[in-house]
Amino acid sequence: MQDVSSAFWIAFGLVAGLDADLLEIIALSLRVSLFALVISCLIGLPVGAVLAIARFRGRSAVLIALNALMGLPPVVVGLIVYLHLSRAGPLGWLNLLYTPTAMIIAQAILITPIIAALSRQILEDLHTEYAEQFRSLSVPAHTMMQALIWDARFSLLTVALAGFGRAIAEVGAVIIVGGNIDHLTRVMTTAIALETSKGDLPLALALGIVLLVIALTVNGLVMALRMTAGRQAYA
Amino acid sequence: MTFIRALATSAIIAAAITTTLVAIASANDRSIIVQSTTSTKNSGLYNVLLPQFKKATGITVHIVAVGTGQAIRNARNCDGDVLLVHAKGAEQKFVTDGFGTKRHDLMYNDFVFVGPPSDSAKITGSKSASDTLKKIATSKAIFASRGDDSGTHKKERTLWQAAGIDPTPSSGKWYRETGSGMGATLNIAVGMGAYAMTDRATWIAFKNKRDFKVLVEGDKALFNQYGITAVSAKKCPSVKTKLAETFSAWLRSKSGQSAIAAYKRNGQQLFFPNAVTN
Repeated sequence: MQDVSSAFWIAFGLVAGLDADLLEIIALSLRVSLFALVISCLIGLPVGAVLAIARFRGRSAVLIALNALMGLPPVVVGLIVYLHLSRAGPLGWLNLLYTPTAMIIAQAILITPIIAALSRQILEDLHTEYAEQFRSLSVPAHTMMQALIWDARFSLLTVALAGFGRAIAEVGAVIIVGGNIDHLTRVMTTAIALETSKGDLPLALALGIVLLVIALTVNGLVMALRMTAGRQAYA
Repeated sequence: MTFIRALATSAIIAAAITTTLVAIASANDRSIIVQSTTSTKNSGLYNVLLPQFKKATGITVHIVAVGTGQAIRNARNCDGDVLLVHAKGAEQKFVTDGFGTKRHDLMYNDFVFVGPPSDSAKITGSKSASDTLKKIATSKAIFASRGDDSGTHKKERTLWQAAGIDPTPSSGKWYRETGSGMGATLNIAVGMGAYAMTDRATWIAFKNKRDFKVLVEGDKALFNQYGITAVSAKKCPSVKTKLAETFSAWLRSKSGQSAIAAYKRNGQQLFFPNAVTN
Protein backbone atom coordinates (compact mmCIF):
# COMPACT_ATOMS: atom_id res chain seq x y z
CA MET A 1 0.00 0.00 0.00
CA GLN A 2 3.07 2.19 0.30
CA ASP A 3 3.01 2.39 -3.49
CA VAL A 4 -0.49 3.83 -3.47
CA SER A 5 0.25 6.68 -1.11
CA SER A 6 3.51 7.57 -2.83
CA ALA A 7 1.64 7.44 -6.14
CA PHE A 8 -0.60 10.28 -4.97
CA TRP A 9 2.42 12.41 -4.17
CA ILE A 10 4.07 11.64 -7.49
CA ALA A 11 0.82 12.42 -9.33
CA PHE A 12 0.53 15.68 -7.48
CA GLY A 13 4.15 16.55 -8.28
CA LEU A 14 3.69 15.70 -11.98
CA VAL A 15 0.61 17.87 -12.30
CA ALA A 16 1.90 20.73 -10.15
CA GLY A 17 5.23 20.73 -11.99
CA LEU A 18 3.46 20.89 -15.39
CA ASP A 19 5.89 18.26 -16.63
CA ALA A 20 6.35 18.98 -20.37
CA ASP A 21 6.45 15.30 -21.37
CA LEU A 22 3.32 14.61 -19.37
CA LEU A 23 1.46 17.51 -20.97
CA GLU A 24 2.43 16.23 -24.39
CA ILE A 25 1.12 12.76 -23.52
CA ILE A 26 -2.12 14.14 -22.09
CA ALA A 27 -2.67 16.34 -25.15
CA LEU A 28 -2.18 13.40 -27.49
CA SER A 29 -4.50 11.20 -25.43
CA LEU A 30 -7.24 13.81 -25.61
CA ARG A 31 -6.66 14.54 -29.27
CA VAL A 32 -6.77 10.89 -30.31
CA SER A 33 -9.79 9.93 -28.21
CA LEU A 34 -11.81 13.05 -29.02
CA PHE A 35 -11.26 12.61 -32.76
CA ALA A 36 -12.18 8.96 -32.48
CA LEU A 37 -15.32 10.04 -30.65
CA VAL A 38 -16.31 12.60 -33.30
CA ILE A 39 -15.85 10.05 -36.08
CA SER A 40 -17.78 7.43 -34.13
CA CYS A 41 -20.67 9.81 -33.50
CA LEU A 42 -20.81 10.75 -37.18
CA ILE A 43 -21.18 7.10 -38.07
CA GLY A 44 -22.83 5.71 -34.96
CA LEU A 45 -25.63 8.23 -34.46
CA PRO A 46 -27.15 7.94 -37.95
CA VAL A 47 -26.82 4.14 -37.79
CA GLY A 48 -28.50 4.14 -34.39
CA ALA A 49 -31.27 6.43 -35.67
CA VAL A 50 -31.95 4.32 -38.75
CA LEU A 51 -32.09 1.13 -36.70
CA ALA A 52 -34.36 2.85 -34.20
CA ILE A 53 -37.11 3.61 -36.71
CA ALA A 54 -36.59 1.10 -39.51
CA ARG A 55 -38.42 -2.24 -39.45
CA PHE A 56 -37.02 -4.94 -41.69
CA ARG A 57 -36.46 -8.68 -41.78
CA GLY A 58 -33.47 -9.74 -39.72
CA ARG A 59 -33.54 -6.57 -37.65
CA SER A 60 -33.18 -8.51 -34.40
CA ALA A 61 -30.12 -10.28 -35.74
CA VAL A 62 -28.56 -6.92 -36.66
CA LEU A 63 -29.33 -5.55 -33.19
CA ILE A 64 -27.85 -8.60 -31.48
CA ALA A 65 -24.71 -8.31 -33.60
CA LEU A 66 -24.43 -4.59 -32.92
CA ASN A 67 -24.85 -5.08 -29.18
CA ALA A 68 -22.28 -7.86 -29.20
CA LEU A 69 -19.79 -5.59 -30.98
CA MET A 70 -19.83 -3.35 -27.91
CA GLY A 71 -17.66 -6.04 -26.36
CA LEU A 72 -15.01 -5.91 -29.10
CA PRO A 73 -11.66 -6.67 -27.45
CA PRO A 74 -9.29 -3.72 -28.03
CA VAL A 75 -6.38 -6.05 -28.79
CA VAL A 76 -8.35 -7.67 -31.60
CA VAL A 77 -9.26 -4.27 -33.04
CA GLY A 78 -5.59 -3.29 -32.77
CA LEU A 79 -4.51 -6.43 -34.61
CA ILE A 80 -7.06 -5.99 -37.38
CA VAL A 81 -6.08 -2.35 -37.90
CA TYR A 82 -2.39 -3.31 -37.75
CA LEU A 83 -2.83 -5.98 -40.42
CA HIS A 84 -4.54 -3.45 -42.69
CA LEU A 85 -2.14 -0.56 -42.12
CA SER A 86 1.01 -2.65 -42.08
CA ARG A 87 3.31 -2.17 -45.05
CA ALA A 88 2.46 -5.75 -45.98
CA GLY A 89 -1.26 -5.02 -45.64
CA PRO A 90 -3.75 -3.64 -48.16
CA LEU A 91 -3.54 -0.05 -46.85
CA GLY A 92 0.20 -0.03 -46.21
CA TRP A 93 0.76 2.57 -48.93
CA LEU A 94 -1.04 5.14 -46.79
CA ASN A 95 1.96 5.11 -44.45
CA LEU A 96 -0.28 5.40 -41.40
CA LEU A 97 1.06 2.71 -39.07
CA TYR A 98 2.67 4.12 -35.91
CA THR A 99 0.95 7.50 -36.31
CA PRO A 100 -1.76 9.16 -34.19
CA THR A 101 -4.11 8.73 -37.16
CA ALA A 102 -3.79 4.95 -36.88
CA MET A 103 -4.71 5.22 -33.21
CA ILE A 104 -7.75 7.36 -34.04
CA ILE A 105 -8.90 4.78 -36.58
CA ALA A 106 -8.53 1.92 -34.08
CA GLN A 107 -10.39 3.73 -31.32
CA ALA A 108 -13.12 4.85 -33.72
CA ILE A 109 -13.71 1.23 -34.73
CA LEU A 110 -13.76 0.26 -31.08
CA ILE A 111 -16.38 2.76 -29.96
CA THR A 112 -18.63 3.18 -33.01
CA PRO A 113 -20.66 0.07 -32.03
CA ILE A 114 -21.10 1.50 -28.53
CA ILE A 115 -22.41 4.81 -29.87
CA ALA A 116 -24.66 3.08 -32.41
CA ALA A 117 -26.07 0.47 -30.03
CA LEU A 118 -26.74 2.80 -27.10
CA SER A 119 -28.18 5.59 -29.25
CA ARG A 120 -30.39 3.06 -31.05
CA GLN A 121 -31.97 2.08 -27.74
CA ILE A 122 -32.50 5.67 -26.61
CA LEU A 123 -33.90 6.82 -29.96
CA GLU A 124 -36.15 3.79 -30.24
CA ASP A 125 -37.65 4.45 -26.81
CA LEU A 126 -38.26 8.06 -27.77
CA HIS A 127 -39.68 6.98 -31.10
CA THR A 128 -42.28 4.81 -29.37
CA GLU A 129 -43.33 7.92 -27.50
CA TYR A 130 -43.53 10.07 -30.66
CA ALA A 131 -44.82 7.43 -33.09
CA GLU A 132 -48.43 8.54 -33.13
CA GLN A 133 -47.58 12.20 -33.60
CA PHE A 134 -45.18 11.37 -36.43
CA ARG A 135 -47.89 9.28 -38.08
CA SER A 136 -50.57 11.95 -37.79
CA LEU A 137 -48.27 14.54 -39.35
CA SER A 138 -46.88 11.96 -41.84
CA VAL A 139 -43.34 13.10 -41.11
CA PRO A 140 -40.70 11.80 -43.57
CA ALA A 141 -38.10 9.39 -42.15
CA HIS A 142 -35.09 11.71 -42.26
CA THR A 143 -37.01 14.47 -40.46
CA MET A 144 -38.06 11.90 -37.86
CA MET A 145 -34.45 10.89 -37.29
CA GLN A 146 -33.32 14.50 -36.97
CA ALA A 147 -36.11 15.31 -34.52
CA LEU A 148 -35.36 12.22 -32.45
CA ILE A 149 -31.62 12.95 -32.29
CA TRP A 150 -32.28 16.57 -31.40
CA ASP A 151 -34.80 15.81 -28.66
CA ALA A 152 -32.59 13.07 -27.20
CA ARG A 153 -29.43 15.18 -27.40
CA PHE A 154 -28.79 15.23 -23.66
CA SER A 155 -29.15 11.46 -23.31
CA LEU A 156 -26.94 11.06 -26.38
CA LEU A 157 -24.31 13.19 -24.68
CA THR A 158 -24.06 10.49 -22.02
CA VAL A 159 -23.67 7.94 -24.82
CA ALA A 160 -20.82 10.01 -26.20
CA LEU A 161 -19.21 10.10 -22.76
CA ALA A 162 -19.44 6.31 -22.53
CA GLY A 163 -17.68 6.08 -25.87
CA PHE A 164 -15.05 8.61 -24.86
CA GLY A 165 -14.44 6.75 -21.61
CA ARG A 166 -13.87 3.50 -23.45
CA ALA A 167 -11.53 5.19 -25.95
CA ILE A 168 -9.34 7.08 -23.50
CA ALA A 169 -9.04 4.08 -21.16
CA GLU A 170 -8.09 1.38 -23.65
CA VAL A 171 -4.50 0.34 -24.18
CA GLY A 172 -4.66 -2.86 -26.25
CA ALA A 173 -5.42 -1.26 -29.59
CA VAL A 174 -3.29 1.89 -29.46
CA ILE A 175 -0.17 0.09 -28.27
CA ILE A 176 -0.26 -2.19 -31.35
CA VAL A 177 -1.06 0.40 -34.02
CA GLY A 178 0.71 3.33 -32.33
CA GLY A 179 3.78 1.48 -31.09
CA ASN A 180 4.05 3.61 -27.93
CA ILE A 181 6.71 5.77 -29.59
CA ASP A 182 8.07 8.53 -27.37
CA HIS A 183 6.98 12.03 -28.47
CA LEU A 184 4.95 10.58 -31.34
CA THR A 185 2.35 8.03 -30.31
CA ARG A 186 2.67 7.72 -26.55
CA VAL A 187 -0.62 8.26 -24.73
CA MET A 188 -1.59 7.96 -21.07
CA THR A 189 -2.49 4.27 -21.14
CA THR A 190 0.58 3.14 -23.07
CA ALA A 191 2.78 5.24 -20.77
CA ILE A 192 1.18 3.46 -17.81
CA ALA A 193 1.85 0.09 -19.44
CA LEU A 194 5.48 1.09 -20.05
CA GLU A 195 6.11 2.22 -16.47
CA THR A 196 4.48 -0.97 -15.17
CA SER A 197 6.85 -3.03 -17.30
CA LYS A 198 9.76 -1.06 -15.88
CA GLY A 199 8.52 -2.03 -12.43
CA ASP A 200 7.97 1.62 -11.54
CA LEU A 201 4.58 0.93 -10.01
CA PRO A 202 4.20 4.24 -8.13
CA LEU A 203 4.80 6.26 -11.31
CA ALA A 204 2.43 4.00 -13.26
CA LEU A 205 -0.22 4.48 -10.61
CA ALA A 206 0.40 8.24 -10.53
CA LEU A 207 -0.22 8.40 -14.29
CA GLY A 208 -3.41 6.43 -13.68
CA ILE A 209 -4.54 9.02 -11.16
CA VAL A 210 -3.83 11.80 -13.66
CA LEU A 211 -5.88 9.90 -16.28
CA LEU A 212 -8.78 9.65 -13.84
CA VAL A 213 -8.59 13.37 -13.15
CA ILE A 214 -8.71 14.07 -16.90
CA ALA A 215 -11.79 11.85 -17.25
CA LEU A 216 -13.38 13.66 -14.31
CA THR A 217 -12.64 17.04 -15.88
CA VAL A 218 -14.11 16.07 -19.25
CA ASN A 219 -17.23 14.68 -17.59
CA GLY A 220 -17.54 17.77 -15.41
CA LEU A 221 -17.29 20.06 -18.45
CA VAL A 222 -19.98 18.10 -20.28
CA MET A 223 -22.21 18.18 -17.22
CA ALA A 224 -21.77 21.96 -16.96
CA LEU A 225 -22.56 22.36 -20.65
CA ARG A 226 -25.67 20.26 -20.25
CA MET A 227 -26.90 22.23 -17.27
CA THR A 228 -26.37 25.58 -19.00
CA ALA A 229 -28.09 24.35 -22.13
CA GLY A 230 -30.90 22.85 -20.05
CA ARG A 231 -31.51 26.14 -18.26
CA GLN A 232 -31.64 28.00 -21.55
CA ALA A 233 -34.05 25.47 -23.03
CA TYR A 234 -36.51 25.76 -20.18
CA ALA A 235 -36.08 29.47 -19.49
CA MET B 1 -30.96 21.67 -37.27
CA THR B 2 -28.08 23.26 -35.44
CA PHE B 3 -27.12 19.93 -33.91
CA ILE B 4 -26.65 18.28 -37.29
CA ARG B 5 -24.81 21.32 -38.55
CA ALA B 6 -22.51 21.22 -35.52
CA LEU B 7 -21.84 17.55 -36.21
CA ALA B 8 -21.03 18.26 -39.83
CA THR B 9 -18.71 21.11 -38.88
CA SER B 10 -16.83 18.97 -36.38
CA ALA B 11 -16.55 16.26 -39.03
CA ILE B 12 -14.93 18.65 -41.45
CA ILE B 13 -12.57 19.93 -38.77
CA ALA B 14 -11.72 16.36 -37.76
CA ALA B 15 -11.02 15.42 -41.36
CA ALA B 16 -8.86 18.50 -41.87
CA ILE B 17 -6.78 17.89 -38.77
CA THR B 18 -6.44 14.19 -39.51
CA THR B 19 -5.16 15.04 -42.97
CA THR B 20 -2.66 17.44 -41.41
CA LEU B 21 -1.54 14.69 -39.05
CA VAL B 22 -0.98 12.38 -42.00
CA ALA B 23 0.91 15.12 -43.81
CA ILE B 24 3.13 15.71 -40.78
CA ALA B 25 3.78 12.01 -40.41
CA SER B 26 4.89 11.58 -44.01
CA ALA B 27 6.63 14.95 -44.39
CA ASN B 28 9.19 14.10 -41.71
CA ASP B 29 11.36 12.02 -44.01
CA ARG B 30 14.49 12.08 -41.92
CA SER B 31 13.14 9.66 -39.39
CA ILE B 32 13.34 5.91 -39.07
CA ILE B 33 11.46 3.26 -37.14
CA VAL B 34 13.42 0.72 -35.14
CA GLN B 35 11.76 -2.58 -34.26
CA SER B 36 13.48 -3.24 -30.97
CA THR B 37 13.65 -5.67 -28.10
CA THR B 38 12.31 -4.26 -24.84
CA SER B 39 15.41 -4.41 -22.62
CA THR B 40 17.24 -1.67 -24.55
CA LYS B 41 14.20 0.58 -24.17
CA ASN B 42 13.13 -0.24 -20.60
CA SER B 43 16.67 0.21 -19.33
CA GLY B 44 16.73 3.76 -20.69
CA LEU B 45 19.63 3.16 -23.10
CA TYR B 46 17.86 4.84 -26.02
CA ASN B 47 17.27 7.99 -23.99
CA VAL B 48 21.04 8.44 -24.03
CA LEU B 49 21.86 7.16 -27.51
CA LEU B 50 19.13 8.79 -29.59
CA PRO B 51 19.80 12.44 -28.68
CA GLN B 52 23.51 11.94 -29.46
CA PHE B 53 22.67 10.28 -32.78
CA LYS B 54 20.20 13.03 -33.64
CA LYS B 55 22.83 15.66 -32.89
CA ALA B 56 25.39 13.90 -35.07
CA THR B 57 23.13 13.20 -38.06
CA GLY B 58 19.84 15.08 -37.67
CA ILE B 59 17.91 11.81 -38.01
CA THR B 60 14.97 11.17 -35.67
CA VAL B 61 14.65 7.59 -34.46
CA HIS B 62 11.30 6.16 -33.42
CA ILE B 63 11.50 3.09 -31.21
CA VAL B 64 8.82 0.41 -31.23
CA ALA B 65 9.77 -1.82 -28.31
CA VAL B 66 8.23 -5.30 -28.40
CA GLY B 67 9.57 -8.79 -27.77
CA THR B 68 12.22 -10.03 -30.22
CA GLY B 69 9.76 -12.46 -31.83
CA GLN B 70 7.20 -9.76 -32.50
CA ALA B 71 9.88 -7.28 -33.58
CA ILE B 72 11.07 -9.72 -36.26
CA ARG B 73 7.50 -10.39 -37.38
CA ASN B 74 6.81 -6.65 -37.66
CA ALA B 75 10.04 -6.13 -39.60
CA ARG B 76 9.10 -8.98 -41.96
CA ASN B 77 5.91 -6.99 -42.65
CA CYS B 78 8.21 -4.07 -43.60
CA ASP B 79 6.97 -2.05 -40.61
CA GLY B 80 10.42 -0.92 -39.54
CA ASP B 81 13.71 0.27 -41.03
CA VAL B 82 16.02 -1.30 -38.46
CA LEU B 83 15.87 -4.47 -36.37
CA LEU B 84 17.66 -4.37 -33.01
CA VAL B 85 17.09 -7.60 -31.09
CA HIS B 86 18.90 -10.42 -29.32
CA ALA B 87 18.36 -13.78 -30.99
CA LYS B 88 21.26 -14.40 -33.36
CA GLY B 89 19.75 -17.48 -35.03
CA ALA B 90 16.47 -15.75 -35.80
CA GLU B 91 18.31 -12.62 -36.97
CA GLN B 92 20.46 -14.64 -39.35
CA LYS B 93 17.37 -16.31 -40.73
CA PHE B 94 15.87 -12.85 -41.22
CA VAL B 95 18.90 -11.93 -43.35
CA THR B 96 19.07 -15.19 -45.33
CA ASP B 97 15.35 -14.86 -46.08
CA GLY B 98 16.26 -11.58 -47.74
CA PHE B 99 14.63 -9.20 -45.26
CA GLY B 100 17.84 -7.77 -43.83
CA THR B 101 20.94 -6.44 -45.57
CA LYS B 102 23.52 -7.66 -43.07
CA ARG B 103 23.48 -8.51 -39.37
CA HIS B 104 26.14 -6.96 -37.12
CA ASP B 105 27.06 -7.72 -33.53
CA LEU B 106 26.40 -4.58 -31.50
CA MET B 107 26.82 -5.22 -27.81
CA TYR B 108 26.29 -7.88 -25.16
CA ASN B 109 25.42 -8.45 -21.57
CA ASP B 110 24.26 -11.58 -19.81
CA PHE B 111 21.23 -13.34 -18.46
CA VAL B 112 20.82 -13.98 -14.76
CA PHE B 113 18.47 -16.05 -12.64
CA VAL B 114 16.60 -14.07 -10.04
CA GLY B 115 14.47 -15.35 -7.21
CA PRO B 116 13.26 -14.86 -3.65
CA PRO B 117 15.85 -14.91 -0.85
CA SER B 118 14.21 -18.03 0.65
CA ASP B 119 15.49 -19.91 -2.45
CA SER B 120 13.52 -23.13 -1.92
CA ALA B 121 15.29 -24.87 -4.82
CA LYS B 122 18.69 -23.91 -3.40
CA ILE B 123 20.01 -22.56 -6.70
CA THR B 124 22.20 -19.89 -5.10
CA GLY B 125 25.79 -20.28 -6.15
CA SER B 126 25.07 -22.81 -8.89
CA LYS B 127 27.91 -22.75 -11.37
CA SER B 128 25.87 -23.43 -14.49
CA ALA B 129 22.52 -22.66 -16.01
CA SER B 130 21.91 -26.40 -16.51
CA ASP B 131 22.42 -27.11 -12.80
CA THR B 132 20.10 -24.27 -11.90
CA LEU B 133 17.30 -25.49 -14.14
CA LYS B 134 17.74 -29.10 -12.94
CA LYS B 135 17.40 -27.98 -9.33
CA ILE B 136 14.30 -25.93 -10.11
CA ALA B 137 12.72 -28.84 -12.02
CA THR B 138 13.42 -31.49 -9.39
CA SER B 139 12.16 -29.34 -6.52
CA LYS B 140 9.19 -28.24 -8.67
CA ALA B 141 9.82 -24.67 -7.53
CA ILE B 142 7.69 -22.15 -9.40
CA PHE B 143 9.45 -20.72 -12.44
CA ALA B 144 8.01 -17.78 -14.41
CA SER B 145 8.82 -18.13 -18.10
CA ARG B 146 8.26 -15.42 -20.69
CA GLY B 147 6.42 -17.85 -22.95
CA ASP B 148 6.23 -15.22 -25.71
CA ASP B 149 8.83 -16.33 -28.27
CA SER B 150 11.02 -13.37 -27.33
CA GLY B 151 14.81 -13.44 -27.42
CA THR B 152 14.93 -14.24 -23.73
CA HIS B 153 12.33 -16.98 -24.14
CA LYS B 154 14.24 -18.52 -27.04
CA LYS B 155 17.38 -18.50 -24.88
CA GLU B 156 15.54 -20.05 -21.95
CA ARG B 157 14.24 -22.88 -24.13
CA THR B 158 17.76 -23.58 -25.39
CA LEU B 159 18.98 -23.77 -21.79
CA TRP B 160 16.22 -26.23 -20.80
CA GLN B 161 17.14 -28.34 -23.78
CA ALA B 162 20.82 -28.27 -22.79
CA ALA B 163 19.80 -29.37 -19.29
CA GLY B 164 17.88 -32.30 -20.80
CA ILE B 165 14.57 -31.21 -19.33
CA ASP B 166 11.28 -30.53 -21.07
CA PRO B 167 9.34 -28.18 -18.79
CA THR B 168 6.30 -27.85 -21.06
CA PRO B 169 4.36 -30.83 -19.59
CA SER B 170 4.52 -28.97 -16.27
CA SER B 171 3.15 -25.79 -17.82
CA GLY B 172 0.49 -24.39 -15.52
CA LYS B 173 1.91 -26.33 -12.56
CA TRP B 174 5.37 -25.18 -11.45
CA TYR B 175 6.30 -23.95 -14.95
CA ARG B 176 4.30 -20.77 -15.51
CA GLU B 177 4.35 -19.26 -18.98
CA THR B 178 3.29 -15.63 -18.58
CA GLY B 179 3.12 -14.80 -22.29
CA SER B 180 4.25 -11.28 -21.40
CA GLY B 181 7.21 -8.97 -21.67
CA MET B 182 10.24 -9.10 -19.38
CA GLY B 183 9.01 -6.40 -17.01
CA ALA B 184 5.54 -7.93 -16.73
CA THR B 185 7.08 -11.37 -16.13
CA LEU B 186 9.32 -9.97 -13.40
CA ASN B 187 6.30 -8.31 -11.77
CA ILE B 188 4.55 -11.69 -11.84
CA ALA B 189 7.60 -13.56 -10.51
CA VAL B 190 7.96 -11.08 -7.66
CA GLY B 191 4.25 -11.40 -6.93
CA MET B 192 4.33 -15.21 -6.87
CA GLY B 193 7.74 -15.66 -5.30
CA ALA B 194 8.83 -17.47 -8.45
CA TYR B 195 12.22 -17.85 -10.10
CA ALA B 196 12.78 -16.07 -13.40
CA MET B 197 15.48 -15.60 -15.99
CA THR B 198 16.11 -12.05 -17.14
CA ASP B 199 18.68 -10.05 -19.04
CA ARG B 200 20.82 -8.09 -16.64
CA ALA B 201 20.00 -4.66 -18.10
CA THR B 202 16.26 -5.03 -17.46
CA TRP B 203 16.96 -6.35 -13.98
CA ILE B 204 19.27 -3.50 -12.95
CA ALA B 205 16.82 -0.88 -14.20
CA PHE B 206 13.78 -2.72 -12.80
CA LYS B 207 12.19 -0.89 -9.88
CA ASN B 208 9.84 -3.46 -8.39
CA LYS B 209 12.49 -5.93 -7.14
CA ARG B 210 11.17 -6.12 -3.55
CA ASP B 211 13.54 -8.56 -1.83
CA PHE B 212 14.43 -10.46 -5.01
CA LYS B 213 18.07 -10.98 -5.81
CA VAL B 214 20.31 -12.29 -8.56
CA LEU B 215 20.95 -15.89 -7.44
CA VAL B 216 22.83 -17.38 -10.37
CA GLU B 217 25.13 -15.62 -12.83
CA GLY B 218 28.39 -16.00 -14.69
CA ASP B 219 27.86 -19.15 -16.77
CA LYS B 220 29.16 -18.68 -20.31
CA ALA B 221 25.89 -20.19 -21.55
CA LEU B 222 24.12 -17.10 -20.21
CA PHE B 223 25.83 -14.80 -22.71
CA ASN B 224 23.39 -12.38 -24.35
CA GLN B 225 24.36 -10.91 -27.71
CA TYR B 226 22.48 -7.99 -29.27
CA GLY B 227 22.57 -7.52 -33.02
CA ILE B 228 21.54 -4.81 -35.45
CA THR B 229 20.22 -5.32 -38.96
CA ALA B 230 19.03 -2.81 -41.53
CA VAL B 231 15.87 -3.96 -43.29
CA SER B 232 16.48 -4.63 -46.96
CA ALA B 233 14.87 -2.50 -49.63
CA LYS B 234 14.76 -5.55 -51.90
CA LYS B 235 11.94 -7.11 -49.87
CA CYS B 236 10.63 -3.84 -48.50
CA PRO B 237 10.88 -1.03 -51.06
CA SER B 238 9.33 1.41 -48.59
CA VAL B 239 12.15 1.26 -46.04
CA LYS B 240 14.72 4.02 -45.68
CA THR B 241 17.75 1.78 -46.04
CA LYS B 242 20.21 4.66 -46.26
CA LEU B 243 19.09 6.23 -42.97
CA ALA B 244 18.89 2.78 -41.40
CA GLU B 245 22.47 2.02 -42.45
CA THR B 246 23.56 5.38 -41.03
CA PHE B 247 22.01 4.48 -37.68
CA SER B 248 23.56 1.01 -37.66
CA ALA B 249 26.96 2.39 -38.66
CA TRP B 250 26.87 5.11 -36.01
CA LEU B 251 26.00 2.64 -33.23
CA ARG B 252 28.93 0.49 -34.33
CA SER B 253 31.27 3.48 -34.66
CA LYS B 254 33.57 4.72 -31.93
CA SER B 255 31.07 7.36 -30.77
CA GLY B 256 28.17 4.92 -30.65
CA GLN B 257 30.13 2.20 -28.93
CA SER B 258 31.56 4.50 -26.28
CA ALA B 259 28.11 5.96 -25.64
CA ILE B 260 26.83 2.41 -25.03
CA ALA B 261 29.74 1.66 -22.69
CA ALA B 262 29.22 4.92 -20.79
CA TYR B 263 25.57 4.16 -19.98
CA LYS B 264 25.17 3.20 -16.34
CA ARG B 265 22.29 2.62 -13.93
CA ASN B 266 22.96 2.51 -10.19
CA GLY B 267 26.67 2.68 -11.01
CA GLN B 268 26.52 -0.50 -13.09
CA GLN B 269 27.25 -0.79 -16.78
CA LEU B 270 24.29 -2.38 -18.58
CA PHE B 271 25.56 -3.11 -22.08
CA PHE B 272 29.07 -3.96 -23.28
CA PRO B 273 29.84 -2.84 -26.83
CA ASN B 274 31.44 -5.48 -29.06
CA ALA B 275 30.81 -4.35 -32.63
CA VAL B 276 33.65 -4.89 -35.05
CA THR B 277 34.75 -1.30 -35.64
CA ASN B 278 36.69 -0.34 -38.69
